Amino acid sequence: MADKRERDEVTGTETTGHEWDGIRELDTPLPRWWLYIFYATIVFSVVYWVLMPAWPMINGYTRGTLGFSDRVNVAADVQDLRSARTPMFDRLANASVADIAADPALQEFARAAGESVFGDYCRTCHGAGGAGAPGYPVLADDVWIWGGSMADIEHTLRVGIRTEHPDTRVSQMPAYGRDGLLTPAQIGDVTEHVISISAANSRLEANASAAARGAAIFQEQCAACHGPTGAGDRAFGAPSLLDDVWLYGGSREEIRRQIELGRGGVMPSWEARFDPGTLRALAYYVHEMGGGEPDALPPSPATSDAASPAPTQNAPANTPLR
Amino acid sequence: MNFGRLRPLHTNAVIFAFGGNVLIATSFYVVQRTCRARLAGGLWPWFVFWGFQLVIVLAGTGYLLGVTQGREYAELPWYTDIWLTVVWVTYLLVFLGTLWKRQEKHIYVANWFYLAFIVTIAMLHLVNNMAIPVSFSGWFSYSLFSGVQDALTQWWYGHNAVGFFLTAGFLGIMYYFIPKQADRPVYSYRLSIIHFWALIFLYIWAGPHHLHYTALPQWAQTLGMTFSLMLWMPSWGGMINGLMTLSGAWDKLRTDPVLRMLVVSVAFYGMSTFEGPVMSIRAVNSLSHYTDWTIGHVHSGALGWVAFVSFGALYCLTMWLWKKRQVSHALVEWHFWLSTLGIVLYITSMWVAGIMQGLMWRAYNEFGFLEYSFVESVEAMHPYYLIRALGGVLFLVGALIMAYNLWRTATGKDPAVERASDVPAQAVAAE
Repeated sequence: MADKRERDEVTGTETTGHEWDGIRELDTPLPRWWLYIFYATIVFSVVYWVLMPAWPMINGYTRGTLGFSDRVNVAADVQDLRSARTPMFDRLANASVADIAADPALQEFARAAGESVFGDYCRTCHGAGGAGAPGYPVLADDVWIWGGSMADIEHTLRVGIRTEHPDTRVSQMPAYGRDGLLTPAQIGDVTEHVISISAANSRLEANASAAARGAAIFQEQCAACHGPTGAGDRAFGAPSLLDDVWLYGGSREEIRRQIELGRGGVMPSWEARFDPGTLRALAYYVHEMGGGEPDALPPSPATSDAASPAPTQNAPANTPLR
Repeated sequence: MNFGRLRPLHTNAVIFAFGGNVLIATSFYVVQRTCRARLAGGLWPWFVFWGFQLVIVLAGTGYLLGVTQGREYAELPWYTDIWLTVVWVTYLLVFLGTLWKRQEKHIYVANWFYLAFIVTIAMLHLVNNMAIPVSFSGWFSYSLFSGVQDALTQWWYGHNAVGFFLTAGFLGIMYYFIPKQADRPVYSYRLSIIHFWALIFLYIWAGPHHLHYTALPQWAQTLGMTFSLMLWMPSWGGMINGLMTLSGAWDKLRTDPVLRMLVVSVAFYGMSTFEGPVMSIRAVNSLSHYTDWTIGHVHSGALGWVAFVSFGALYCLTMWLWKKRQVSHALVEWHFWLSTLGIVLYITSMWVAGIMQGLMWRAYNEFGFLEYSFVESVEAMHPYYLIRALGGVLFLVGALIMAYNLWRTATGKDPAVERASDVPAQAVAAE
């Protein structure tokens, strides 16, 4: 070990005289700018401790001279937001379809609230703008399985589809193939018949003789729900087969596969999650997406069931702040 | 196989498998060279090596099977924790024993940092993993802490894993390999003392900045933030000492890509230790927290600092241990530029994505409703994720080139050479 200080000829600085494995150290003083910024951060911190909640004490903590508190601020912000929105949500919850139609400010609010809730809860399945996906109905067109008036939509939102809600919307198409109710040949015939009566016939061109055989099976097995002409029946949640809109895909194979499996999806019941104003806003937003149907007149208040809770003041505790 | 199992595999592989092995390898090398003493403990250093590899195997296989404590960067189940404790205490004893029998009067600064790393990691590991196993035949256990105390203990551990594993330990690497490869004296002994003690003292307080705007009391958040701010200059002390050691040897950056890699790592260290205090400010954190900005920050540290300083050290060690004149400079150039470009693409895309994400999450319309749904913010990040993936691929390609280069150097026909400083320890002692 070389324990003698020497001068480094490049920098002109003395070394400390230590050496390890050939490594020496210069005795350069602390860079001033470094030291001053270090001091400045310390001074800033001390000032910050004086102003803000900072140090734990035996009982509690130093609260800071500014009296700043995250908890108090957040509670106040939440209160502000609630008091700004509650009147609008209350108006919305008590408004008939005609009331909303006559009130542009209420429409604007319903649209904003509906869009926000839709984005967080519905969009994942139904897609941006209600564009839908295989198994998840398009909401932007005018084809409705359970009805497209605002009252219908709101009811569907409340009870959900195939949920545990006592009034849930529910339909069950048999799995004709999987459960062996029809032979593969019969399913092929029904498929051709369904294509022949639908608007898809122009692109898929059903086999006429198979379709004729399938017609008889259709009347026996399918007409009870889908109707003798295949026009569907909203009372059973049975889609119309006359158009070219297919929940599980519109190719020949996809139509056949649905007859084989009889698939049906689940939509949650939102009644317990959202207060009545939020539900109304969501129904309004979905109704407005493109395919909303007029409500029956006189407008039936969708909240007609007596058990329906009063507006937002006693909304469920988990109501999102939207 | 899902993200929840692969993610701890990724973080543990990077931090503990790669980082840990680099730290054990370099610390064993450096402590011997700078103490002029063989490792203490006979075969025990081998126990440390194989014992640590066993920890890694148990960790990686366990995570894939779903065996985890669910504590970030501390996912090891209780029995692996106990085994790691045994290995780590042995590591500490080997290191201390080597320092004890050193033939130098003073302890070199690199060894201060290595020792701080080993001691503090032991402490963090023991406290954060205090847990009661449900049974001795199963891996599941319950933490001794609960609620916000548990969260704070976890982030006291988590942040100091960054501070002492990924900072102090790798500063030890920097303090040996940069002056050695540049063949210049360390810039400032005084700075190394002051920034060492300041770093050690201040880092341990900074953990609460991971829990801003949570159930953690605000006073603890204040302390976490202010101690993080005060940490800025102590961190930069290491950067200054690393960069300024080059004075009189800057021209070597043009001709020596290994040295350039080491120096660029220090530049990334400086950048991420500035970014860290900025992100610890509560107002900034309210935007950056939970976004990909954090991911970018972590990777500028992990790829730019930790990995680059490790790569530089690995190139040096391969040359020195196998006594080869050079690793292939052409291949190091490829590695350097591909990986640097990869890091730049990675962190810039994550900055943009993260800040965009934060702004989208806090955008409100006139009625106080969120302007964007979460899905929209995910969709908006798509192009940045592609850039990020490209950056990651470039970085990986660079690392593979390095692996080939190291293997070729070690096994190549290039005759062994004696470096000037390669004289045996005893010969130096006799001088």
